[in-house]
Amino acid sequence: MSALEVLSVGTVVTIQDRGRPGYLERGLSAGGAVDPVALDEGAVLLGDDPEAAVLEMAGFGGRFRARDDCVLALTGAEMVAEIDGQPVPHACGFILPRGAVLSIKGARSGSYGYLRLGGGIDAPVTLGGRATHLAVGFGRLLAPGDVLRSVTPGAGTPGWSLTPDPRFEGGTLRMLPGPQTGAFDPAMRERFEATAFRKSTRASRSSAQLDHDGAPFHADGQLSAVSEAILPGDIQIVASGTPFVLLTECQTTGGYPRMGSVISADLPKLVQAQPGTGTQLKFVTRDEALAARETPQARRARLMRSRRRLVRDPADIADLLAYQLVGGVTDGEVE
Amino acid sequence: MGETFLSPLGEAALLVDFGRGMSMEANEAAIAFRAAVEEAGWPGIVETASTLKSVLIRFAPEVTRLETLLENAQALLATRDWRSAPLPAGRKLFRVGASFAEPDSPALGEVAEMTGLGETAVIEAVCAKPLRVLTLGFAPGMPYLGALPSSLNIPRLTELAPRVPAGAICTAVSQIVLFTVASQTGWRQVGRSAFVGYRPDKPQPFVLTPGDELRFEPVRADLLDTLDGGLLAAPEVIR
Repeated sequence: MSALEVLSVGTVVTIQDRGRPGYLERGLSAGGAVDPVALDEGAVLLGDDPEAAVLEMAGFGGRFRARDDCVLALTGAEMVAEIDGQPVPHACGFILPRGAVLSIKGARSGSYGYLRLGGGIDAPVTLGGRATHLAVGFGRLLAPGDVLRSVTPGAGTPGWSLTPDPRFEGGTLRMLPGPQTGAFDPAMRERFEATAFRKSTRASRSSAQLDHDGAPFHADGQLSAVSEAILPGDIQIVASGTPFVLLTECQTTGGYPRMGSVISADLPKLVQAQPGTGTQLKFVTRDEALAARETPQARRARLMRSRRRLVRDPADIADLLAYQLVGGVTDGEVE
Repeated sequence: MGETFLSPLGEAALLVDFGRGMSMEANEAAIAFRAAVEEAGWPGIVETASTLKSVLIRFAPEVTRLETLLENAQALLATRDWRSAPLPAGRKLFRVGASFAEPDSPALGEVAEMTGLGETAVIEAVCAKPLRVLTLGFAPGMPYLGALPSSLNIPRLTELAPRVPAGAICTAVSQIVLFTVASQTGWRQVGRSAFVGYRPDKPQPFVLTPGDELRFEPVRADLLDTLDGGLLAAPEVIR
């Protein structure tokens, strides 16, 4: 059957997939996993359906008991995880044996961890997606007593690992100019690029605030306050002069002037930065943005080439339980 | 013909804006142009959406170049004056029951005073004619409606943000927002309906499409919740 029982759970743990693109005209933002790279990493690790739904865990996971043997993988933020006291390696596919309890605690690095259950977690499909969309009330936060069942029991192969794409330390976010960039005078734009920002604790699936020391930012003159379409990545400068970067669950329209838009390749870096992490924003050319852009298919193909069979580490030999967890891995072959 | 502004938005979208300020003509242009882009079927278009006075075109840069899309958009823009373009066919008229009695109209007195119209005249203005669905947003299927007379061009609240229930009929800037979810808002509530904008049990769960029309008709408060989806009758196609 492949089912996991939720014994306890963090405050913002939700079922997520790639969301529901295509409904902006009707006022619904796509939503879905706030770090889609983690979806692709999980799909490559287990070799199951790339559209499958996973658990997204903001900052803290929970405790999950296997009702049957479950094939699992942890991606995204590296969270402290153990099975009955034995550590579970990050970014590799493993088996949680029937009756065993997986405990996922706080994040060592990153903000959003993902737990993938082979074959994908089942949930009611609304408008083509299983993703919880908190802002519009699709789905809900996970609660103790919930049972997570696989859509395709038995799907997923344990024993593969990969090196996650680096995106957990903040750093420079590249941005493209947009419709209102010209409404900020050149000196304001230069100061924006020179500013050392910090990711604020005010971050959600809808947006992340960026804090900085010094004067607020503002657009020139009388901007039209008529709202227009907004998209994830857009950098709104709100009335207080503080930037907010919009994320997957943002609204569909907004009236604040936008400094620019963070390119899609760099948005996971902002999502995964922990509060207080330093970041800077830098305008780049469209060519540079497109060179960095990667479709999910291309990303999975790249990750597939770099994934490797877990090899037996002599240091872990004493750790019999953890060794068994990766199931059937005895050949030591690297592919 | 007014000004039209084209701007990329991020790496995979183009925004076509029909003017610096809001007008019914700019909204008409946005709705009609969006329909024309859908009709044109250019390769690589992922999604289009119209808002109050602009159109978003999302595209796949792997399939089409921004330069090509800009050329196509400019050529299509040049084919006519979009501000006087007819709205797409098949639009519908929805008759929505509305209560303007206490406690469904907490800000009616304030709006009456701000506009100098008096309460009866405010209600008459809201119900006088069908209002166009200018755009949907904030919540799935939630309509922004207009235009009300210029006498109702009052600002949104900037400080206080009272909470309104689902169904609230709220006004500012000569528009109405018909709330489909309970929310805090800077718009002033002058009435209440039982309108539902998103019906997950229906084959077409989104009730409204931009360009549709909605007419409020006063009903007794106790009758509101007997109306299916808040409607007084099945919607009719506008001819």
